Amino acid sequence: MSRLLQVRNLKKHFPIGGGLFRDPTDFVKAVDGVSFDIEPGEVFGVVGESGCGKTTLARSLLRLIEPTGGSVSLNGDNILEWQGSDKKRIYRHMQIVFQDPYSSLHPRKLVKDIVSEGLVIHGLAERSEVRERVLDMLQRVGLNEEHLFRYPHEFSGGQRQRIALARALVLHPQLILLDEPTSALDVSVQSKILNLLVELKEEFGLTYLIISHDLSVMQYVCDRIGVMYLGKLVEVGQTEDLFAVPKHPYTKSLIDSIPSLDPRVRRERIILEGDVPSPINPPSGCSFRTRCPYADKHCTEVEPPLEAIRDRWVACHYPLEE
Amino acid sequence: MAEQMFDTVSSPILEVRDLFVNFYTYRGVVRALNGVNLTIGRGEIVGLVGETGCGKSVTARSVLRLIRYPGKIEGGQILFEGQDLLALSEREMREFRGRQISMIMQEPKVSLNPAFTIGAQIAESIAIHDYKPLDDAQTEAIEILRTVRIADPEQVAHQYPHELSGGMAQRAMLAMMLAPRPKLLIADEPTSALDVTIQAQILNLMTELVEQIEASILLITHDLGVVAETCDKVAVMYAGNVVEYGTTEEVLTNPAHPYTRGLLRALPNLARQGPLYTIRGSVPDLVDPPAGCRFHPRCEYAMSECAVERPDLLTVKQGHFAACVLYEEGRDGIPDAAHDELPANVWANPDASATVGEQS
Repeated sequence: MSRLLQVRNLKKHFPIGGGLFRDPTDFVKAVDGVSFDIEPGEVFGVVGESGCGKTTLARSLLRLIEPTGGSVSLNGDNILEWQGSDKKRIYRHMQIVFQDPYSSLHPRKLVKDIVSEGLVIHGLAERSEVRERVLDMLQRVGLNEEHLFRYPHEFSGGQRQRIALARALVLHPQLILLDEPTSALDVSVQSKILNLLVELKEEFGLTYLIISHDLSVMQYVCDRIGVMYLGKLVEVGQTEDLFAVPKHPYTKSLIDSIPSLDPRVRRERIILEGDVPSPINPPSGCSFRTRCPYADKHCTEVEPPLEAIRDRWVACHYPLEE
Repeated sequence: MAEQMFDTVSSPILEVRDLFVNFYTYRGVVRALNGVNLTIGRGEIVGLVGETGCGKSVTARSVLRLIRYPGKIEGGQILFEGQDLLALSEREMREFRGRQISMIMQEPKVSLNPAFTIGAQIAESIAIHDYKPLDDAQTEAIEILRTVRIADPEQVAHQYPHELSGGMAQRAMLAMMLAPRPKLLIADEPTSALDVTIQAQILNLMTELVEQIEASILLITHDLGVVAETCDKVAVMYAGNVVEYGTTEEVLTNPAHPYTRGLLRALPNLARQGPLYTIRGSVPDLVDPPAGCRFHPRCEYAMSECAVERPDLLTVKQGHFAACVLYEEGRDGIPDAAHDELPANVWANPDASATVGEQS
């Protein structure tokens, strides 16, 4: 199948230490060699704990921060090579909705200006059409005409997330990146936004890359999920498979730590000890070995590559059996 | 008011009776708590759940009398071991804070003082509450850090809050709060800022430690999963009222109040395909809350009488209460539709998960 997005060995290393005339003393390897594909119409999810590099990944895909290395191909074109006015074209095709709708909307712009800005910049609409297109999109996400001339502070969290969605959608992008789209929202608002995301995907034939730490949300919306740990993907697979039979011990422990909603069930589970190691000096070999119950000497010496087991990709020397 | 509910707990450590709290803001009077009733037995873990702005934290802060201007406790009683905390002087109240009732907050790094080491802060708390010399307290602080399973307590005692991870800082907070052996721990979203793997560690640790000192916990959270895993009982809040109270099992598997049921159905879960359930409308502005039952404008089952009078907590069955007129004598309660869609029942039903397995 043709690929919409092909990410190969993407890296983002942040220098730390050093100064104006001194070289940096070290690097935080926030994203360290991530590869995956997204097919058109797919919902791909990236999960992981805070600090694992999920958000850095999203931002480097859009070049909101410049990646250190690797390639990102959109319909076969490496967008990391697009320079100058070409770079702007990235945002014509890929849009992002940020986590916190309280800080991602310009507080002194009217909703109509926030939503129409992209249309104007990319020259996608005649001046006379702009208002109509904006209103159309606002109505599609569940807002209406009276909201055009309001400021973001007049809206609730869920409504603001709708505005952010309208701003992204009005350009008819091929891919939308959603960085923790519902984690700032309450349960009853979350379900409305998730339903809206699913509806919009059908209607506009969208492709989503969703980033979240909330596994139950991911389970609901994603077709495929990649699990990230310390800047690397450790497991990628079809959502249902991955939840039914996790192969990487980290994936298993993540799934185990979702609190079950049935109070009658007290499950046997792996509870991870300790914290995520520092991404400045990640452990040798497998980066998960310091918290892994199955780790042995081999894991400290050799880093496991992300390898395919049927249609699952796992980076582990001793993948779990069913 | 809700006498039957109070009768279910024989020797309560805390009873909140008909508590009213208002905030006098420039926009008008925010009626934050509208007659809250709640009871916690000795050694019980009671969850207080609800969405942002429903009054969970205000209830918790009222118990310690930490409501400041422009907020004011306008009525009701807070009985701690039978003694009304609202009737005490500020000086008498100080004897309860920390020593009898302690509180742990969402952001451990905000609650800890950034300018002092972890060890010094725990030692100070011990020195004040146990009337001990500071030197003794310092050695004790290291021991206490060991009990919360911090790997090298000597080193951590000399570190500052910014040097610790979120999970470590929350452990240190737990250590500090439990050191004076309080009878009640109020935990206000203790794991919301943490990752799921760390959350599981902290919740296990907290329940274990509290069991050792035979204290009770009022656990405030918006995560129903956390409630299911840790709490004996649960109280659900909506717009300034406790709308449902009962054992965790009862409330999560047979939610009686339309709001609780809606909330549970709105959660994404594996076995349910198609759109998620949504509760119509949005949370009311508490400056001008709906009359009568505050949930009635959003309720599927609302009747004309719902807009008139605030419903009392009524018995659904033994030990399970809901503030809804559907449970008045002679009525049948909430219709049983969608009972199987509730996450607890989906997870418990092996047939449902089997169909999911087959699809893959």
